[in-house]
Parts: sequence; C-alpha cells; structure tokens
Amino acid sequence: MGQFGIGQPVRRKEDVRLLTGKGRYTDDVHLEDQQWAVFVRSPHANAKILSIDTSAALESPGVTHVLTGADLRDGGVKPISADMNFTSREGKPMFKPERRIMPVDFARYMGEPLVLVLAESLEEAKAAAELVALDFEELPCVTATARAAEPDAPVIYSEHGSNVSVHWENRAPDEIDAIIAAAPHKVTVDLVNNRLIVAPMEPRCAVAAYDPADDRITLWSPTQGVRPAQASFAQLLGIPKEKLRVISDDVGGGFGIRSKRYPETAAVAFAARKTGRPVKWRGDRSETFVSDHHGRDQVNHCVMGLDANGRILALRLETIVNVGAYCGDNGPRLPIDGGGRIIPTGYDIEKFYFSVKPVYTNTVPTDTYRGAGRPEANYIMERLMDAAAQECGLTRDEIRRRNLIPLSKLPYRTQMNFVYDSGDFVGVMEETLKAADWDGFQARRAESEKRGLLRGIGIASFVEQAGGRPTEEMRVKLGADGAATVFAGTFSHGQGHETVYAQMVNDYLGVPFERIKFVQGDTDTTPPGGVGTFGSRSSMMGGVAVRRSCGQIILKGKRIAAHLMQANAEDVIFEEGLFRVGVSSVTIEEVARAAADPSKLPEGEKPGLDESNLFEREADLMNFPNGCHIVEVEVDPELGTVQIVKYTAVDDCGVVLNPLLVHGQVYGGVAQGIGQALTEDAVYDESGQLLTGSFMDYGMPRAHHFSHIEAHFDETQPCKTNEIGVKGAGEAGACGAPPAFVSAVCDALKPYGVKHIDMPLTPERVWRAIHSAKPRAA
Amino acid sequence: MRNFDYHRPTDIAAAARVLAEREDAKLLAGGMTLIPTLKQRLATPTDLVDLGRIAALKGVRREGNGLVIGAMTCHADVATSPVVREAIPALASLAGQIGDPAVRHRGTIGGSVANADPAADYPAGVVGLDATVITDRREIGADDFFTGLFETALEPGEIITAIRFLLPKRAAYQKFRHPASGYAVAGVMVADFGDAVRVAVTGAGPSAFRLDAMEKALGASFTPGALEGLNPDALELLTDMHASAEYRAHLVGVLARRAVAAIA
Ligand SMILES: Cc1cc2nc3c(=O)[nH]c(=O)nc-3n(C[C@H](O)[C@H](O)[C@H](O)COP(=O)(O)OP(=O)(O)OC[C@H]3O[C@@H](n4cnc5c(N)ncnc54)[C@H](O)[C@@H]3O)c2cc1C
Repeated sequence: MGQFGIGQPVRRKEDVRLLTGKGRYTDDVHLEDQQWAVFVRSPHANAKILSIDTSAALESPGVTHVLTGADLRDGGVKPISADMNFTSREGKPMFKPERRIMPVDFARYMGEPLVLVLAESLEEAKAAAELVALDFEELPCVTATARAAEPDAPVIYSEHGSNVSVHWENRAPDEIDAIIAAAPHKVTVDLVNNRLIVAPMEPRCAVAAYDPADDRITLWSPTQGVRPAQASFAQLLGIPKEKLRVISDDVGGGFGIRSKRYPETAAVAFAARKTGRPVKWRGDRSETFVSDHHGRDQVNHCVMGLDANGRILALRLETIVNVGAYCGDNGPRLPIDGGGRIIPTGYDIEKFYFSVKPVYTNTVPTDTYRGAGRPEANYIMERLMDAAAQECGLTRDEIRRRNLIPLSKLPYRTQMNFVYDSGDFVGVMEETLKAADWDGFQARRAESEKRGLLRGIGIASFVEQAGGRPTEEMRVKLGADGAATVFAGTFSHGQGHETVYAQMVNDYLGVPFERIKFVQGDTDTTPPGGVGTFGSRSSMMGGVAVRRSCGQIILKGKRIAAHLMQANAEDVIFEEGLFRVGVSSVTIEEVARAAADPSKLPEGEKPGLDESNLFEREADLMNFPNGCHIVEVEVDPELGTVQIVKYTAVDDCGVVLNPLLVHGQVYGGVAQGIGQALTEDAVYDESGQLLTGSFMDYGMPRAHHFSHIEAHFDETQPCKTNEIGVKGAGEAGACGAPPAFVSAVCDALKPYGVKHIDMPLTPERVWRAIHSAKPRAA
Repeated sequence: MRNFDYHRPTDIAAAARVLAEREDAKLLAGGMTLIPTLKQRLATPTDLVDLGRIAALKGVRREGNGLVIGAMTCHADVATSPVVREAIPALASLAGQIGDPAVRHRGTIGGSVANADPAADYPAGVVGLDATVITDRREIGADDFFTGLFETALEPGEIITAIRFLLPKRAAYQKFRHPASGYAVAGVMVADFGDAVRVAVTGAGPSAFRLDAMEKALGASFTPGALEGLNPDALELLTDMHASAEYRAHLVGVLARRAVAAIA
C-alpha cells in the first residue's frame, strides 16, 4: 500500500541524522566525573604471569585506580563460559578452558587484557599503563590452524592434553567411505578459509556508571541487542539483571562480533561500581585489531564421489577450525550448527559424513562474522562442485543443474534435519546465467585477450539459513494523537530498521510514515523478550512480531471502533487506516484518541492502543535464503593482479520489504566476501605476534576493487514458514562472493592448468600459480 | 601522545633555532607519518616545529634546466601543477599516485624524502630524476642522499628546503600498489636525459637504488625488449608478508619494461 508501504524503495529515515553527524555513539557519552580506562595487554602469545606490579602506575599523575584480574575475581566477577556442549561420537564432552575477565595465571594470546588503569584523563591513563610492570615466563605457542591439531604441536592447556576441544562427527564414516571408494568419479579438495579481522567502523567502547541509590549499573556499549547483553554481563558481574541497565545508542557496524561478551566491557562495568565513579573506555583501532574477535579460520579436507553421470553419491568433509585461545560465545558452534547444518547447501545429497575439530591456539578467539559458518560451508560445496565439473567433463553450470535440489522435491528435508520450505535453486541459477550472459562469455574472453588479459567467469550457487534464536518481542504503541512508536527487541546497527518497521506499520495500520517513531537499545524500554539483530533474523523475527502486534492493535481497535459506531466488533472491517461498518467509518487516529479516553471505551476495555508480541518460532523453522552469483574477472598475467569486471547476483530472500535496503545488504555482503577472497588475511607469526595489526598491512577492500554489482531478486518463492514471506538477506553476499570469485580466477588461469588457489588471491599467489605452471622464465 | 611545546615559525632561521636550542625538537610537515607515531607514543619529542607557516618552503618553479619544488609542497599540488606537468609529467603522475586524496593534501615532498620510507614513491623520483636535495646548510646529490632503511644523509637539525629536479627528455613512473597501504610494493622511475638513462627503484630494497644494467641497456637501445633478462637479483631485495624478494624482482622487471613502453 502506498509509497511508503512494504516493498517500496523508501529512503532510510535514519540517514539524514547519521550523515549530518547527529548520530549518537557510545563515544559521545561523557559523564560528569568520569575516569578514563586503559587496558594493559599481554605482549606475549603464551606466557605464565609471574608477577604484576602496579605500584609505579598508581603513583603516576592523575591515576585513580589500577585493577588486576585478582581484584575482579575477588569482587565476584565470573569467568566467561561458553554455553555449548558438543560431544564426540563416543560421548566425550568438549573441553572449554576458563576465560577469566583478566587472567591472573596465564596470558593466552597477544593482546589479552591483564590490567585496567583508571585516570582523570586518557593521556594520564596511557602514561601510567606504561609503568605497570609485568613479569612473564614465556611458553611455547601455537597459532596456525592445522598445526594446532598435530600431535606434536605445543599443547596450550596441559590439563586437557590436546589443543582439540572435541572431535565432533555427524555419523560414522564407514558407509560413506565405501561409497566414495566405489564411485566412478572421485574429487578431493583441500581448502583454507582465511582468518579475517572484522573491523567495524566504530571501535569497541564502554561507558559505565554506578548509582548507589538503587544499586544499579548503567552500561553504554555498542551491542547487537541490549537484552542478551544485559543478561550475560549481569551474570558475569554476579548481579541480578535488573541491577544492570544496558544502553546501545547508534552503533557503527556489528557483523556478528559486536554481540559477544568481551572482557573489557565487563571490567569497565565492574570498575564503575567498585570505584564509585563513572568509567569510560574507548578502544583504539590498534586494540580493535588484536582484541576484537576474528572471523572464519578453517582448513577443510573434502572428498566427494560421483556416479558416471556426474550425480553426487556421497560426501566426506573434515574441518579444523581455529577458535583462538578460548571458546568464544559461538566459536566452535559456527562450523557445526552454523555451517555444518546447512551442508550440503542446495544439493541433493543424502549421504555425507562431516567431522569438525575446533582447536585452541594462542590467538584472539574467533567468533561469528557475517555468515557465521555458512560462507565457509558454501565455499566448501562450491569448490567441490567446480572440481567435480572438471573431473566429470561437465560445465560448471551443468554439474550444478544435475545436483541441485529441484523445485519439485520441495519441501525437502536435509540430512541435518532442516526442511527447505521454498526456493527454486535451479531456476535462480538459470536466471543468473541469463542475466550474466554466461553463454556470451567466449567473445568477451577473446576481447580481453587482445588486451593481454586473461578473462575468467565464475559461478556459485548457495543456500544459507537465517533467523537465529527462535524468539523475539516487538511492541507497537499508538498515542492519543495517532502517532505510532515501535519499541524494538531487535537492534539496528546499520540495517535500516527505523525505516523498514515504519513501512510495515504504515502498511498494516495506515499510520502516516513520518508519524512512526522508533525506539531501541535501552533495557529500560526494550521489550523484555527482545533478543537482537544477528543471523539475518530481524526481517523474520522482528517483522512477524511487528505484524502480530499490529494485528492485536487492529483487534482491539475494532472493539473500540464498534463501540464508537454502535456496531458489533465482528462486523468491523479494517482497511487502509479505516475501521468500517457498512457506510460508517472511523479513522485509526480517531480510534487512537478514543482509546486514550476511558469514557469512550467499551465496558472492561483497558485504555490505550499499546500491544506487544512475543513471537516464538519452532527452533528449526528457520528460513533459507539462497541465490546464485556470477563474477567475471580479468587477470594481468604478468603482475598477477585480478580486477572484477562484472558481477551479477540473483538472490532469493523471499518477499523484499524494501529493495533499496536489501540491495545495500547484498552489496555489503559481496564487498565483505570479495574482501576475504581478494585482499584480507589476518596473519600471526610463529611467535604469536599479529603481523597484520593495522590498515597499513591488513588489506581492507576498496571501491576500486569492485565493478558495478548487478543485483536482482527472485521473489517467486516467498518463505512458507512465516506469514510475511521474508527470508534473511544480510549474509547472502558473503556466501556467494568468495566461491564465485575463486571460480572465476581459476577459470581465467585454466590455460595454465590451475585448479585452485587459496584465499586471499593476492597478486603474488596468482603470479606463482601461473609461473609454477610454465617453465620458469629467466 | 605526550605533551610537547608547539612552535610555528615563519622563517627557516627561526625553525633552525628551535631545533638547535630544544632538547628533542622535531620538524612537523603534514604530520602524515609523524602524528601517528606520536599517537602510538613511539616518538616523544619535547618540541614540534611546524613548517606550515614558512612561505619560502612552498611552491613550484622552473629554474634553468631544473624544476624546484619547495619542501612543504603537498603531493596534490605537485600532481596538479601545470608547471610540473609540463616540465616532468612523470613526476606529476608519481605524486598523483601517492596514498589517497587526504594524504595527498597533507603529505609533503620534504616530509616524504626526509622520512625515507623504503616503500615511498618520491625516492624513486629523486634518484631517477637526478635531483638535488637542498637544505638550510648545503646541497646533497640524490645518489648520496638515501643511505638505508629510513636513513638519509641529513644531519640532526638539518632542514630540507627544496628539491631540484633535472628535466629529462622523457621519463615515466610505474608503480605496483600495496593492497592495504597503497605504498609501492615496487616502483620504477625510468628517465632518459639524452646522454644518460637513469632507472631508479623504490619499494623493493631498504632504500631507493639504481639499476646499472638496465641503464646501460637502455642507453644502447631504449626499448622494453632491451630489458629482458635484466631483472635485479632477488637476493638483494626485501621479503615481507606481502611480497617475496623473488616476486619483487619480477615486478621491477615488468614495471621497468612498462615504463619504457609508455615513452619509447
Ligand atoms: C594512509 C597513508 C598512505 C600513504 N601512502 C603513500 C604512498 O602511496 N606513497 C608514498 O610515497 N607515501 C605514502 N604515504 C606517506 C605520505 O605521503 C607522506 O609523504 C609521509 O607520510 C610524510 O608525511 P608529511 O609530509 O606529512 O611529513 P611528517 O609526517 O610531518 O614528517 C615526517 C618526518 O619527516 C621530517 N620532516 C618533515 N619535513 C621535513 C623537512 N622539510 N626537513 C627535514 N625533515 C623533515 C619530520 O620531522 C618527520 O620525522 C602515505 C601516508 C599515509 C598516512
């Protein structure tokens, strides 16, 4: 309905505020009498802490307090313990080392916070931090993923005797191995899913104040949902959650890592209560590099057997995932529940074996990052499909056509017990092939060749899961003046919720778009069942709850309207902002005004039009966004550089609520996916120092790395498990871009017999692939 | 950043005086390198002497068969200067390839040359175009100026006032950008002065250097083909996380050939 309704390319309400510098971020919070916090971090990757001497720091000018892990422990601060319990096939539980907010015995990664210095100014705190004397005994360390799983690698936690947390398997491998051994075609690929630094534009921040009058701490911090942050930080501090108010103002990017429990945040909240004065910590960019959780970091060994016609018979996957020094909130869960459960993505494969070994290393923990396991899973499947095409002598589109789950097989129950309710995987691929002019590629390749460039085209067909945690609460309130307010349990940190929820309320209730306000990010006003924004969940989880809240408003509105029009509530029809019975009608604005006036209400009706809905989904009824991305590249064979020249995406994210916003999600996801495939790589050296510790060394992709991205939607298959038909959109690009890009570069290098290059495809790697194929030039 | 005294002299002598008198005074040009160093507390000077108000240090002028660029001229001004573009288009192009627009509007030629970053572009220009570094005390020839990794012939307290470039008959600069920083993984300036050819390389070694074999070959035949087989010896080049010495040696060869091809 109308120009601001669902499906319209409405411009973002929040942009004028954000683009004119009127956003309010945590760093904009300045409290009277605040102390500045600086953390002293471990310079070593693995070390026994022999002593911590804070006396010189305490005497430094302006210093108010210096706190160590012992102070936190004695003050009742609990260690972070991850809420997951995977077991091996024999029933052996996983090993989860204790993660103290600031450890007192061992430092397990370079950058781990050990001491908190508080001073009147940031400069004084920094100067004093240099005076904290730490004495260590350095221990052997391990940082590399595959290395950590080797039997002779240094073992970080001797009490466990191995760096492998658990060997998780979905089943016994024997039957699968037998099928693969007997298969007419067999392919093997070994992959590295490179480690990434997430680097949201806003660095991490925390400001906390303690009010002794009601014994309550208020914590300002960028999160992805204030309710989970409230529950988890209250638990860490050992206080009831009512005693902790969490406020997240505007947040400059989350990408998954902002929703995690960080030791610094807990320490700041503790310090505010302990010292009785507000505390402010603003992480700087260098701290972001070493202490924000990193993303990805897997190695995969994958084997697949196919029949003579190129139909997949069975699949065997082994993954080692580097979870860093501790078990992050989601670390080991990502390849198992996040990625593992979506395997075999869109392909019709009944037999597969999947094993995961999460390994501890002396690196900062890895955790959710845009896609959280699904980009890794799709990368595995797509690299396998390319290898299979070559092995079976089929084109890359044909091998996929033969193995994708056809529309006729839906709903389709996967081996991991998901039910794909909707999705025309083959149809989406055909559309993409057409939009990308796949068939006309040879002419373009010939044209590039004239300019001395190798042109390649690559394809990826992907499926992911979206929806995340199965509950969400949203509240919609109509004031006496007819203006609406949405109180969100989800948390927009760049996604544009202020706009899209307003479109929905405008559509459902007929309240003018500009009269819809948006409130989020404060546990004093966020609905108690609020969860937050991650896992591409807000459109479905928040969206359904908004729709149902609006439905509740309409129901009550009908009763009030009926009373005003002296009719039966059952006879009232609500349409486009009007309650009608026969020829008489009242507007929703009039009903809202009446709702505030007890004299105008039917017997027993409570005043107000203020409804909240706690949407509870059956846990496995996620939605399954899918799509196909095709990339074309030109490689300069002399330099090894790769330039994207054409990018075509068709995404099925169900019903598109706002194409502008969803395009933004696709572009952003693609940019992050291309970043992973082309330039980004977090590298630790053997002594555990982060070599890529700044943007001078860590390759963030730039605008010139991209071409125009042509993004289309396939809206023919709305999601059947939620009443608005939406599927997630946030993580699709990060799933499609890396495999499509690698496929394209390998296609360009086909004349050299190159089958695979590990990400990131740096110029030197590409050059080496070319030159190791040819006899080396002098 | 630690506290320091800030000075903003309007002439070179006054700047030199502060440098001489204060315990650990440092010159501040555009601050592109110095300010991050201060923020990370890697340098803690007692005094900063901002050269930004000294008019004599700014600007570009022709002087006989030379082009003189004031030390405080920013990269963007060099890149867009009609005088530079006419006299040595390759130098304008080099300046235009430095960093990003913000860096080009703050960073200066004097700061870049004094800093002698192994991956900076100007050193290839200075050495390749046979420039002279003019200071408040003397003139230093390009071949004597860069002495090692972040090291130059400058003495403590010496101030670069300008750089004088010789006008070549033709010259070209080719750069391979570092994917993260934008600096040169390798950069090659080829300049033909009629009686001599100079080939200068940056990014690949501890400091800018010349390639004699390539210079001789181009002196005999100014064609890309003349450079075949003359890549520098990888053993003398840098290896880091981003590029091995072997790859750098290869890049230098490709860039040199492309530079020659662009002007042959
Ligand atoms: C993000 C980024 C990207 C960059 N990319 C590139 C690139 O691609 N290529 C490239 O070549 N460079 C690059 N640079 C470097 C930049 O272009 C500057 O040239 C360099 O940082 C020097 O900066 P500045 O002129 O502001 O000098 P400052 O930082 O102010 O000073 C640098 C040093 O030189 C000394 N100094 C300054 N002026 C004089 C003088 N007249 N006499 C004696 N000593 C002096 C100072 O005391 C200081 O030690 C980049 C820098 C950044 C921050």
